[in-house]
Amino acid sequence: MAIELHPLHQFTIERIVPLHIGRLDVSYTNSALLMTIAVILITALTVLGTRRVALVPGRWQSIAEMSYEFVANMIQSNVGPEGMAYFPFIFSLFMFILFANLLGLIPYSFTVTSHIIVTFALAAVVFVGVTIIGFAQHGLHFLRFFVPEGVPKVLLILLVPIELLSYFIRPFTLSIRLFANMLAGHTMLAIFAGFAAILGVFAIFPLGVNILLLALELLVATLQAYVFAILTCLYLNDAIHMH
Amino acid sequence: MDLASAKMIGAGLACIALVGAGIGIGNVFAALISSLARNPAAQAQVQPFAFLGFALAEATGLFGLAIAFLILFVF
Repeated sequence: MAIELHPLHQFTIERIVPLHIGRLDVSYTNSALLMTIAVILITALTVLGTRRVALVPGRWQSIAEMSYEFVANMIQSNVGPEGMAYFPFIFSLFMFILFANLLGLIPYSFTVTSHIIVTFALAAVVFVGVTIIGFAQHGLHFLRFFVPEGVPKVLLILLVPIELLSYFIRPFTLSIRLFANMLAGHTMLAIFAGFAAILGVFAIFPLGVNILLLALELLVATLQAYVFAILTCLYLNDAIHMH
Repeated sequence: MDLASAKMIGAGLACIALVGAGIGIGNVFAALISSLARNPAAQAQVQPFAFLGFALAEATGLFGLAIAFLILFVF
């Protein structure tokens, strides 16, 4: 078996079922496969976990309940009771990113979130959705969000463009944060695996580093899903309550 | 200077961004430890913010690391 030494080879998208509609390439790729697996696992966890609801929960039911309560608490403390209307969206977002990150840590699988287009699509949905919610709740009054209160009029010339910029940069920072974390982490794992492949007996050292890195990546995978969800909550809070 | 060595130097320079991430993460956890030493009962309220701060500080450094990887392996 040939050992693939190029650290970025793991991010290649391969067509599993080639499919073309006209000029459009809609092939079923390894990326789509991992997304499907993530969605199936989340559905199985939440549906099967709550199928036979017991007063004293079993293993699956407690995992399902814990993830529900975790996201519900996050929304309650960051947005308040009004935010619970958006619970299904934030729960799906959190679980999808969490499962995509964790599935990517399995050797020889594929990390969906290591592609900027995937994370940017998620962040763009959040950004557009939150902006629509803001305008729906406050009408044109939502534009006051960009005008800080209690500031001299002269300074507004400077502050309004900054506020606008910091608002429109949100989808980019949100998506690049997740993408860069996944890309850097997985590349680092592959680089140390590459050292292990050429060092012979001394391969034990990069292998040890890799085990520690894998533990760090496990933390990062969970943390980044959490950060994505909590920032969505904060943006939602901005849209619902203004400052 | 040929392209290959310029790429190496560029990747090394891009990694300087990680200095900031190190300082930031150190600051976050130093503040967490000192606040917990003063008031251990506040752990449940303070810890989520510490991990949020850790993730945000780490991400900024990783932008630089991602650039370094892109220089080395993509271009």
